[in-house]
Amino acid sequence: MADPMRIRANMAGDKVEVRVLMSHEMETGQRKDASGAIVPAHFIQNVTVTHAGKTVLSAQWGTSISKNPFVHFRFKGGKPGEKVTISWVDNKGERRTDEVVIGGG
Amino acid sequence: MPFHRLLAAVLVGLLAASVPCVCMAQQDTQKEVERYRQLLAEGNPADLFEARGEELWKAPRGPKKTSLEQCDLGLGPGVVKGAFAQLPRYFPDTDRVQDLESRLLTCRVTLQGFKPEDAAKNPFSAPGRPSDMEALASFVAGQSRGMALAAPLRHPKEIEAFQIGEQLFYRRAGPHDFACVTCHGENGKRIRLQDLPKLTDPGDARRIFTSWPAYRVSQGTVRTMQHRLYDCYWQMRHPQMDYASEASIALEVFMAKYANGGEISAPGLKR
Repeated sequence: MADPMRIRANMAGDKVEVRVLMSHEMETGQRKDASGAIVPAHFIQNVTVTHAGKTVLSAQWGTSISKNPFVHFRFKGGKPGEKVTISWVDNKGERRTDEVVIGGG
Repeated sequence: MPFHRLLAAVLVGLLAASVPCVCMAQQDTQKEVERYRQLLAEGNPADLFEARGEELWKAPRGPKKTSLEQCDLGLGPGVVKGAFAQLPRYFPDTDRVQDLESRLLTCRVTLQGFKPEDAAKNPFSAPGRPSDMEALASFVAGQSRGMALAAPLRHPKEIEAFQIGEQLFYRRAGPHDFACVTCHGENGKRIRLQDLPKLTDPGDARRIFTSWPAYRVSQGTVRTMQHRLYDCYWQMRHPQMDYASEASIALEVFMAKYANGGEISAPGLKR
């Protein structure tokens, strides 16, 4: 199981500002290890953020995203006390879902 | 030919115009680099290491199946908050001056029952081989964030360590005839784009010494002060700096004297 994400979600005016830090190797599949063998690709492919049953962000990622990725975005329609749920799935089928309660401004 | 003259005039014009442009471009670059650093700092992956370090701190581990929660980091058993701000310091139980990492090793041996060689087996992570020490150091350092560094530097052994550190800092050696002071003794020096701090200047020392351990973007992991010293010694082509050795701690004590009073920003974020 992957390590938990670090999520912060706070009101910024009428929008919810979300910052997510994910723990992931994000291997490109182009690197070689000390013995010369290729390190297999291992990266997050899909990211989905939902709020009150609605998808507010959906992303398809590839190997150009850095290790331990950081995502920062805003969306409209959220209120303090409501939940934001973030999940990712990587190319090996591993997944992780975390949620956070929206804080005040 | 009129065309040549025209061309020359245009070139002179371009040159004249480009001189201030280059300066502005450099200033802009510096500003953009600062902005880039700020953006990165908002999502410092060192947070992830702090979280893992906290788990490791509380987890029963080692042959004795105990946690590190009763580890004495200098402020008494179990006190983590603010402990990093008073390191390195002299510890009566081991009768030597210790830095954070050396003290963590002591606790892993005495509390958790690890053999000394096992406790210090994997100090620096590599891809696919995470290091507990990097996570633990991040956690403990993060618990002193915002506090002012106040390494005591009073005990005779602390003073002795400072003097050893001073000797090491200034003593040129090795095939390149390098010393720490070669790179860290003047303001405004850099390696490629990296500004080098003058470590005997309190301004630089307070800002830099207090930012380790730090997440290195280029290495994708947190590196500790011990790793910084190990790498500096490698870069100088000096003999290998042993992990948590007396020499490494002496250099930290030397740096801490100039960095004392600086606000702890560790775990920081660096290129």
